[in-house]
Parts: sequence; C-alpha cells; structure tokens
Amino acid sequence: MSDERAGTAASVPDSGEPMLGLREMELNFGPQHPSTHGVLRLVLKVDGERIVSARPDIGYLHRGTEKLFETETYPMVIPHTDRMDYVAAATNNHAYCLAVEKLLGLEVPKKAQYIRVLLDELQRISSHLLWLATAAIDLGAITPFFYTFREREVILDLFEDYCGARLTLNCMRIGGLLEELPPGWVERVRAFTEVFDKNIDEYEDLLTENRIWKQRTIGIGILTGAQCIEWGVTGPPLRGAGVKWDIRRAIPYECYPELDFEIPVYPNADTYDRYLVRVAELRQSRRIVLQCCDWLLKNPEGEIRGKTPRVIKPVAGDVYAAVEAPKGELGFYLVSNGSNKPYRLRVRPPSFINLQALPEMAKGHLVADLVAIIGTIDIVLGEVDR
Amino acid sequence: MNEALLYNVVIPSVKAVVAVLVVATVAGILTLIERRVLARLQVRQGPNRVGWNGVLQWVADVVKLIFKEDVVPAGAEQGIHFLAPLLVMMPALTVYAFIPWGPETTWNVPGLGAIRTGLYGTDVNVGLLLLVAITSIGVYGIILGGWASNSKYALMGGLRSAAQLISYEVPMGFALVAAILMSKSLSLVGIVEAQRDAGLWFIFPGVVAFFLYFVSGVAETNRIPFDLPEAESELVAGFHTEYSGFRWAVFFLSEYANMITISAVATTLFFGGWLRPFPNVGWLSFLDLVPPLVWFLLKVSVFLFVYIWFRGTFPRYRFDQLMALGWKVLIPISIGNVLLVALAALWGLPGLKVLSAVLWVALVAGFLVVRKVETPRRTVLAAGVAR
Repeated sequence: MSDERAGTAASVPDSGEPMLGLREMELNFGPQHPSTHGVLRLVLKVDGERIVSARPDIGYLHRGTEKLFETETYPMVIPHTDRMDYVAAATNNHAYCLAVEKLLGLEVPKKAQYIRVLLDELQRISSHLLWLATAAIDLGAITPFFYTFREREVILDLFEDYCGARLTLNCMRIGGLLEELPPGWVERVRAFTEVFDKNIDEYEDLLTENRIWKQRTIGIGILTGAQCIEWGVTGPPLRGAGVKWDIRRAIPYECYPELDFEIPVYPNADTYDRYLVRVAELRQSRRIVLQCCDWLLKNPEGEIRGKTPRVIKPVAGDVYAAVEAPKGELGFYLVSNGSNKPYRLRVRPPSFINLQALPEMAKGHLVADLVAIIGTIDIVLGEVDR
Repeated sequence: MNEALLYNVVIPSVKAVVAVLVVATVAGILTLIERRVLARLQVRQGPNRVGWNGVLQWVADVVKLIFKEDVVPAGAEQGIHFLAPLLVMMPALTVYAFIPWGPETTWNVPGLGAIRTGLYGTDVNVGLLLLVAITSIGVYGIILGGWASNSKYALMGGLRSAAQLISYEVPMGFALVAAILMSKSLSLVGIVEAQRDAGLWFIFPGVVAFFLYFVSGVAETNRIPFDLPEAESELVAGFHTEYSGFRWAVFFLSEYANMITISAVATTLFFGGWLRPFPNVGWLSFLDLVPPLVWFLLKVSVFLFVYIWFRGTFPRYRFDQLMALGWKVLIPISIGNVLLVALAALWGLPGLKVLSAVLWVALVAGFLVVRKVETPRRTVLAAGVAR
C-alpha cells in the first residue's frame, strides 16, 4: 500500500465484492461520525441508501495494552484493565483478578466476593444505561438519554465514594479488594436500588411499546443463535437470539450460585429483542444488588482480602478465566513463566468479537438501520482496539 | 397624505418590515423556548445564564453565528451553495404576507387619522394556493444546498428531503382541499370568516383533515419524528452538514419560521384563526375581552409546544417507513376524507354538523376500543417470552 492511499477507503482491505457499479457509492462512515460510538470507521458500499457491504476498519484507539501487560508486575496490570472497556471497569478488574487468583489458587473471602459482585452488577446497570441512552439517541429518541444519565450519575457517585474514581475504578486487588466499604455506603446503594425499578418503568414507557421504536428495531440486524455461536458472539446479542448462556450461571464464579436471579432470554434475534434482554437484565441486576446489600448488612464483619503473597510470582503455567461483562464474555488468558510479570496476557474482549458480526448483520439494510445495528451490538472502542 | 399612496405603498411597506422583523425575531426566540421546554421534559435546566434566566441566549447565539467563519468546502458549487439558504429563507418569510394574525381593525394614528386595515399583509383571494406554491419553493433550497456541498452525507440528506417533501405535499394538499370545501373560500381571511359565520371551528368536521395537515406539516418542516434529511445520528447533519456560520443560521431560522407557518395555518384553517372559542355563543362574549391577536398567538403557541413535545418523545422514522406512511396511509385517508367532506359540504352547514358528530363519536369510540384491546405490556421478567 503506497503512502498516499493510507487512511483512504482504498487502505481498507476489500471484502471481495464486485467492483463499484454505476449504482453504488462508497461512503466513509466514521471515524468522526456522531453515532459510531467512538472511533469506529466503516467503509460502506451503498446502493442509494441500501448497504451492499460494510467493511469495519478498527485500530484508531490501539494502545498496545496487551504488550504493555507483559512489562508490568501482576498488581500493576489492574489499572490498565480499567482502560479497555472504560464504561465497565469493575468487570475488567474482576476478570483479570480471577485469572491471577486461579493461577495462584487463592481463596477470596466471602465478604469480598459479595462486594465484588455488588460492584459488578452496579457496573452492569451503569453500562446498560449508557447503552440504552446512546442506542435510543441513535434512533432519534433523545429523552431516554437524560433519564438514564440521571440514574447513571447516582451509580458513578457511589463508585466515587467507594474508590475515588468514577470510571476507571481500579477497585479490585488480587485476592480481594483494596478498601473496606465506607460507613453507610451499603444503605445508600440499597436506597438507590429500591427506587430504581420505577426508573426502568420510565424508560420503558418511552420506548417498549412505542410504535416507531418497534418499527425501527423489530426484524433489524438479525443474527440467529446458530450464527452467534459460529461467530463467538456472547452477551445480550446471544441471549436475544434465544440461547440461554450466561457465564454467571454456566461457569459460576464468586458467590453467584448463592444468589437468586434469572437469565433473560428472548427468541427473535433482532434489535428489539436485544433491547428487551438488556432492560430485563437491568431488573435482574437490581435484584442481585439488593441481595448483596442485604447479605452485607447482615454480615458486616469479615476479611476483604485473602492470603495474598507480598510478591506475586505464580508458578509457570497458563489459565483462562472469564466473567459475564455487560457486553458479553470477558476472558483473560494468562501465561506465566514463573516471574513476577505475565509472560503473555491475552484478552478475549466481547466488543471486538461481537463487532465482527456487524457486516453480516448490516448487509441489505438501510443506512439508518446500520446506526441501530452498531448501537445494538454495544461496542466500546477502547475494548475493541485495546 | 394621499389616500392611494398611504394604502398602497406606506402601509404595506410598514407591514412587510414589521412582519419580517417579528417573524425572524420570534423564530430566534422560539429556539430558546424550545431548548427550555425540552430541558423541562428531560429533567435538566436548559440555557439559563445569558440575561435574566437565559432570555438573551438566542441573541448570543445569533451574534456568535454571524461572526463565525463561513466555510465553503473545496469543490462546492460556489454560487448554488450561496443561493441555497436564501432559497429556503425567502419563501419561509414570504408566506407571512397573507397569513392573517387578526381581523380588519381601525387604528387611530396621530397625524393620519383613522386607518382601517387588517392584521395581515394582504388578503389574496387564492391565498391557500399561493401558500402551497410558495412553501414548496423551499424544497429547492434544501436539495440544491445538499447537492452543491460536494459531500455525500449532504447529498443523501438532500435526496431524502426531496422525496419526503414531495410525498407529504400530497396529503397536505388534500387536507387543505377539505378546508376549502368547508369554507368555500381560498382566502385565508375568508376561511376564518366562514368559521365565524358557521359558528363552528372546522376542527369539528375537519378533524381528519387537521390530523393529516399537522402530520404532513411536521414532515414538511423536517422535525422529529420526520427529521430524516438532517438525521444527526445517520447523516451527521444531512443537507446542511457543510454549512457554517450565518448560512447555517439561515437554514436554522427558516426551519423555525416554517414551524410557525404550519402552526399559524393550522390555526387559521381548523381552529378559527383569531376567533374566540364558540364565536357565536352569546354568553361567552366576555371572552372577547382578550384581543383577537392574543387568541391567535395562544393557539399558535399550543401547536409550537406540540412540536417540541414530539421532539422530546418520538424516535425517528426510517426512510422507507416514512414513505410507506405517506403513500400507503396518509394519501388514501386524505382522499377518502375529501370525499366525505365534499358530501357534507354539499348538504351545507347541517351536513358539516352531522359530519362533526359522526367523526367525533367514531374517534372517541375507536380510542376506547384501542385502549381496551391493546393493554400496555411491560417486559416480563421471566425468560423466553415470545412476542
């Protein structure tokens, strides 16, 4: 590729479709576009407004995170994980810590498990709220954005009170947590969670039975369960396609087996069902948070950190650990050579893998649907590019 | 002063200047009102810093836009790129020449004596026809602006708006035909006077026509849920993507001027213009204490509020759904409605009253039935629920 072609449409590998005919137009969609959720770039071939092909071009946010992991000691990796899916830092921390703990064979104390799950689920709520806000605004409904941000603000304030940060939480440590909960924090989480159900009703009043919303989402961006499994798509897109798969139940970790919640599954594999899945997950996460709060109020005493060695030097070996992040299965594959730094730390990012299905989902739809489809996959470019 | 000179030159000139200034100013203020009202709908504050409670925000915005750099993209058709905002703005202001804001009134002007003139530029006897003709010119500005920008997004915005505006012109025209049939007049003043004489706002027999007119009107002004030509999340800013500074402001102000036009025409045709409610009921005559102009402005404000309310509530239609709604739903309904109204109008005033009764009973009944049949359903917690 010659230099003058870098950054132009020609620099993106062609997907092998026939050459541009007279009817087709090439359209650069992003990386500076209001609804690509960051710096995603798509090169579209459109026939009028109908999409003939969509070629994603990623890497605008690539920071070499996985290479960076190899130069840091085990505890120093945690803040870097915050910056992958930066709207769901707690689950990133959690997945990484799980991998290291699995390699070390560390037992995490019960109380720390409950706090971790509590943070995860609050994070899931805040991530889904952000998704709902942006997905609705992509389809022209601007008001849900402000409603969801009202609640997201409360959650971020709670995070700030717990660990000092609102987005890049850096809240978990290998073997448990860094900080004890501040006094009165659990009560405040509980108070928020109790009223949160009413707030979800408000979002649903605006969207769920809205005719235009249904027309814009039903039958759009279909990715069947079989296709999801072929592409490795996880998270709400998979459960919106009728496959009941959730790491929290399938490969349980922490205290999830003790908690009472359901996994919402909807069968139609379209944008509307993925919306329903996420809204139902908001309600389920709320249930989990409530149970965690009750447990923590009943058991205020306890360790928050297991018997972590001062210098973390796992034995040589490899391990894979995954959590159910808001966007799907977030896994860390860790290879250790016995030193105090990971030899290789490979991330399985749900956004990246779910994004691969985009050209398949977008084919034949209109440009307006493409926006809905990008929204429904729920990508964070920090995680796609790492 | 010479009578002919006064009535043919001076007064029309004064009216023209006043109308342009007032409409341009109100359009500016409307942007502020929209932002404040929308903010109330969205649990936030809205602009409240410039002037008392933010009332001067729109002035600050306009000043900023005037002084902004005017960027013309490379490869743009210079002349047409310059012409397009004017093509949108001029029709938007021209229609105020014959939109009546109030009845003919006598004014005592010091030095000139009593002057009798209407609160409208002129009463054209084919007013409605002229209105449709002039507002349609605005489409050219949008198409040409989109085409001349040398940008694919702008081009797609322009094409969308061409298709959309032409399609929605048809049901809008048929809705206007219904109003013409009821009033037997094409003059906007004549239509208001017909409603006064009939003692009946045409919303009663013309509820369907009003609905068609307002929906088409929202589409004509490119507002949510029909704002596809400038759909931000799809086409960046649609036809005005490549416009900045004051040219952009001209597009923006025209949109608001058009909103006021649609609201004013809806008021005139279906809500009795400057008339008070139930203009022939004697014991309500205390309502006449409120001047006609205020009645008119009140009604227009209600429609403008509805516009803003729409924006806070609806998602955006997709292009093909918009076309389907226009051609498969609105146009057949509008043709049927014209037939119905024509039959009633043939019978005369009693016919209109019967039609009103039938339509409203049918509407209320239909609404109740729909409410009964279609119970709102929330997302169920249980898994695997089929739709």
